[in-house]
Amino acid sequence: MKIDRLLREYGIYAVLIILMAFFTVTANSFLTVKNLLLVARQVSMVTIASVGMMMVLLTGGIDLSIGSLVSLVNIVAAHMMVYEGWHPLIACIICLFMSVICGIIQGLLITKVKIAPFISSLGLMKILSGFAFIISKALPISGFPAGFKVLGQGMVGAVPVAVFIMVGALIVGFIILEKVYFGRYFYAIGSNIDAAKLSGINTDATVILAYVMSAVFACIAGFVMLSRLNVGLPNNGDSFEFDVITAAVLGGVSTAGGSGKLSGVIAGAFIVGIVKNGLVLLGVNDYVQTVILGVVLLLAVCFDCIQKNRAATKK
Amino acid sequence: MDKNNCILKLQHITKEFPGVKALDDVSVEFEKGVVHAIVGENGAGKSTLIKMCTGAYKPTSGEIILDGKTFTGLTPAESIQNGVGVIYQEFSLVNDLTVSENIFLGAAIRHGLFIDKKTMAERSSELFRLLQIDINPYEIVKNLSTGYQQMVEMAKALSKEAKILIMDEPTAPLTTKEVDTMFSVVRQLKQNGVTVIYISHRLEEIFEIADRVTVLRDGGLVTTLDVSRTNKQELIQYMVGRSLTETFPGRKPPQNEEAVLDVRHLSGNGLHDVSFQVYKGEILGLGGLIGAGRTELAELLFGIKKQQSGDIYYQGKAVKIHSPEEALKNGIGLVPEDRKRQGILTNRSIYENISASILKSTSLWGIIDRKRLWKTALKSQEDLRIKAPDMQASINNLSGGNQQKVILAKILAAAPELLILDEPTRGIDVGAKYEIYLLMNELVSQGKTIIMISSEMEELIGMSDRILVLSEGHITGELKNKEFSQEKILQSASVQQ
Repeated sequence: MKIDRLLREYGIYAVLIILMAFFTVTANSFLTVKNLLLVARQVSMVTIASVGMMMVLLTGGIDLSIGSLVSLVNIVAAHMMVYEGWHPLIACIICLFMSVICGIIQGLLITKVKIAPFISSLGLMKILSGFAFIISKALPISGFPAGFKVLGQGMVGAVPVAVFIMVGALIVGFIILEKVYFGRYFYAIGSNIDAAKLSGINTDATVILAYVMSAVFACIAGFVMLSRLNVGLPNNGDSFEFDVITAAVLGGVSTAGGSGKLSGVIAGAFIVGIVKNGLVLLGVNDYVQTVILGVVLLLAVCFDCIQKNRAATKK
Repeated sequence: MDKNNCILKLQHITKEFPGVKALDDVSVEFEKGVVHAIVGENGAGKSTLIKMCTGAYKPTSGEIILDGKTFTGLTPAESIQNGVGVIYQEFSLVNDLTVSENIFLGAAIRHGLFIDKKTMAERSSELFRLLQIDINPYEIVKNLSTGYQQMVEMAKALSKEAKILIMDEPTAPLTTKEVDTMFSVVRQLKQNGVTVIYISHRLEEIFEIADRVTVLRDGGLVTTLDVSRTNKQELIQYMVGRSLTETFPGRKPPQNEEAVLDVRHLSGNGLHDVSFQVYKGEILGLGGLIGAGRTELAELLFGIKKQQSGDIYYQGKAVKIHSPEEALKNGIGLVPEDRKRQGILTNRSIYENISASILKSTSLWGIIDRKRLWKTALKSQEDLRIKAPDMQASINNLSGGNQQKVILAKILAAAPELLILDEPTRGIDVGAKYEIYLLMNELVSQGKTIIMISSEMEELIGMSDRILVLSEGHITGELKNKEFSQEKILQSASVQQ
């Protein structure tokens, strides 16, 4: 029983260390400063978005639309900066506003119309992706103001700016989840939404808030991505939601809602990042990588379910 | 040849879980064609004992002799093959299939790929004839009342030629009328030679239906008796291991004539033109059959459902309550009927459960006040005598009674003046029940007001200062303390509109 719990609480870190050891031995250039910085940048985007995703998962929902939202944010921000000549800050603010609206629409569909989160976010995913293509006319947008590069490419000393943004997002996420009342509501709602409601919690407003959070954190990840790639493409965010959901689930956030820790999610994001990076270094074919990542997600879910089944039969 | 009469024999059964002995050297014999009740407080080992018979658990030591065959432990398949059937509290019916499809679920009568609905329906009807009940085998299960669904479960068990039928709290979801029908079915089964193992918290039922009774306490066997040779008081003593001087603690009658709640012509959510008042410091009982509108009334008062018309005056002011959040802000609290579904935050700690109702109201700029929340949790642990090693422990690990106390603590943390308790002692053991009664008395002595919904007649009479009886969404009777009687309540409860 004790081993079970140890595995559950710290297994993820063991996996992380084993992976790092594995790639250090097999890929020469893995444990180099240059490569680790690359990994950190890569991971920062997934981590930022997974803070928001975690909040949605905690309430027992899921948000598949964030990949498309990232694409749309990329295109809208790029369009405003390049074709309208607006200041990056204004572009960011407008995109944040747009993301909040997306989150609210998503939340309303789920709480008031009572569409299953899976379906409503699937629909929104298509809509947002469509808009990204319409606005960009499926063409790349590039030539951003010089200052915008800092977000995704800049460094402070030896540390990428993106990492600072990630740490900021984690701190905000930690405060919300641990210290702010509605962060605790996310846990309560995922645990038992009826009981939460009868405890005087405004469950609809809280669930809507979770989707707003998910959209806002995805939007921030979107800025970092745009700055790093230096080009706005309507498919920049393709399958980004997959990485983010994988990170959260690997990190022990239950897809049934109600449980999960931010520390686990960070480890989950790093595992996703390291697996991707390591496979590239080993020269593994792109499509094979995709297969491996899918297997990683399913393994994480299997592990979670097996643990739960065992806990259920024990009593 | 007495031995032939014994269908199931448990010999020196012990079951150990890490850290706990759930059963300790328990031996019981179940005879053919006998209704054998098992009683005991929560945690006494009743469900563990049952799970030995159904094959869900294997004993650590001991033997099970089932229908002449000796086992050191059953598998679920062996259990079914040897004639053990179970009716759980939560039915295992498929709601969208027909009655006969459910009865033959997993054992459908087929011609090749196609199921033979006609033969299945005929066989179902035969089973129902045997039970002397009338159910259309082609009816979709979800259209049946809870009582009939249970009958279908029983027929399903019989279709597998069950010789032993285990019923776990079978009357919990049933109305009084349905209970009567169920009892007559059980008597019918008995005549057909089926052994019924009957588990219930309601001791009255045991005296009505059972022939033998086994009492368990703390995992050990206390005694097995003929029901005709014991009485309720004695059973309670065996169960708790001490004698409860009285089932309901006394208190001073309320003096106050100040109406805390004044409901006028309230309609909606199945209620029609309901008017009544609740006075400060009283316990107002709401009686009536299940589905009479008592829970529905609570849902309106607590803002879970919307009212159509009528006015609610609370502490002298007209109020409109649109959500539980508003209700709690106004000082109205509700402890819901269904502890598992509506009460506990599953998998979360006791501390988190208690603080759920005050997270927002005690926070400053949105930041929660952890110290204060802990203080509240620890104080309520003491006040309500919540038995838990640690407030960080998961609420899942608590017994029903202690879970109920945690839910009470959560609502009380929000400091309501008016408390609505919907079936406050359902499914909890005698000792915890008494503690909840004491707590209710203390709350009203502090000047709080309680509306209590209860389907347990004795509880309703024992605890209320005044009783309102509902039937089909109308108030059909009001009884003052001196005129309480079971007959009067039942009379009002069965008034047809």
